Amino acid sequence: METEWVMGLAGGVVIGIAVSLMLLWNGRVTGVSSIVYGVLVPIKGDISWRWYFIVGLLLGGLSLKFTAPELLAAELQTKAWIGSLAGILVGFGAMLGGGCTSGHGVCGVSRVSPRSIVATIVFMAAGMAAVVLLRKTGLYI
Amino acid sequence: MKYNIGALIVGLLFAIGLGLSGILQPANIIGFLDIFGKWNPTLLFTMAGAVGVHFITYRLIRKRKTPMFSKEWFIPTRQEITPALVIGSLIFGIGWGLGGYCPTVSVTTLASFETRPIIVFVSIIFGMLLFWFLDKKMNLKSRLE
Repeated sequence: METEWVMGLAGGVVIGIAVSLMLLWNGRVTGVSSIVYGVLVPIKGDISWRWYFIVGLLLGGLSLKFTAPELLAAELQTKAWIGSLAGILVGFGAMLGGGCTSGHGVCGVSRVSPRSIVATIVFMAAGMAAVVLLRKTGLYI
Repeated sequence: MKYNIGALIVGLLFAIGLGLSGILQPANIIGFLDIFGKWNPTLLFTMAGAVGVHFITYRLIRKRKTPMFSKEWFIPTRQEITPALVIGSLIFGIGWGLGGYCPTVSVTTLASFETRPIIVFVSIIFGMLLFWFLDKKMNLKSRLE
């Protein structure tokens, strides 16, 4: 348990450094849903860096796979159709709400943006409600 | 080119941070959201670490006239709380709780080559395209602003 929170904090610090470098170098917010959306629905002249970022995420994932695969364990939590429904809601909701855990939750809260603080409180509360629902209905494995 | 390589390094670091913190295991996300069950507070430390660092660096970095590899800043400046923001975040949160995957985690865990992340990732892309379609057809977002 003790190592868990130390690792959690250490991981958070690395994420904080990553989004700071994005700001220092490129002047951008690291909002992953928006970065992916910008590849799907491309804006002229604003695409290549998005691919590089996505490749960076994948390279990071691959390096974990070969050094500490237990960190990348995508355990089966629920039935596949719930995973699919979850994904659709995540993709749709992030675009309507203008961001996700990275853009609103990390970058927005850090610059004390009222919109991001509201978004973060709302999606955390909704997530907690969804987990209760999973538990009550017995859909959580 | 610096701009692209910068983005690549940020992506790589971000993924490693996620891995260290344990967030790439959906069980830990669900555990964090499960405050009425067996609560796992790890993600709180991760948020505190990330926000703690960036809260300070944001202020230092914004003292510069421009970013290092760009001529201008691309920082959202809107302040108002709109129905789109609240409803979108609500929908996002429900999906996040149901699956244990946010967009960042879904992309990064594709590297595991397991089935579940692929299912979730493809569904997220579908959700985004659904938003794009509805927004184009009926101005969904501007109606809710």
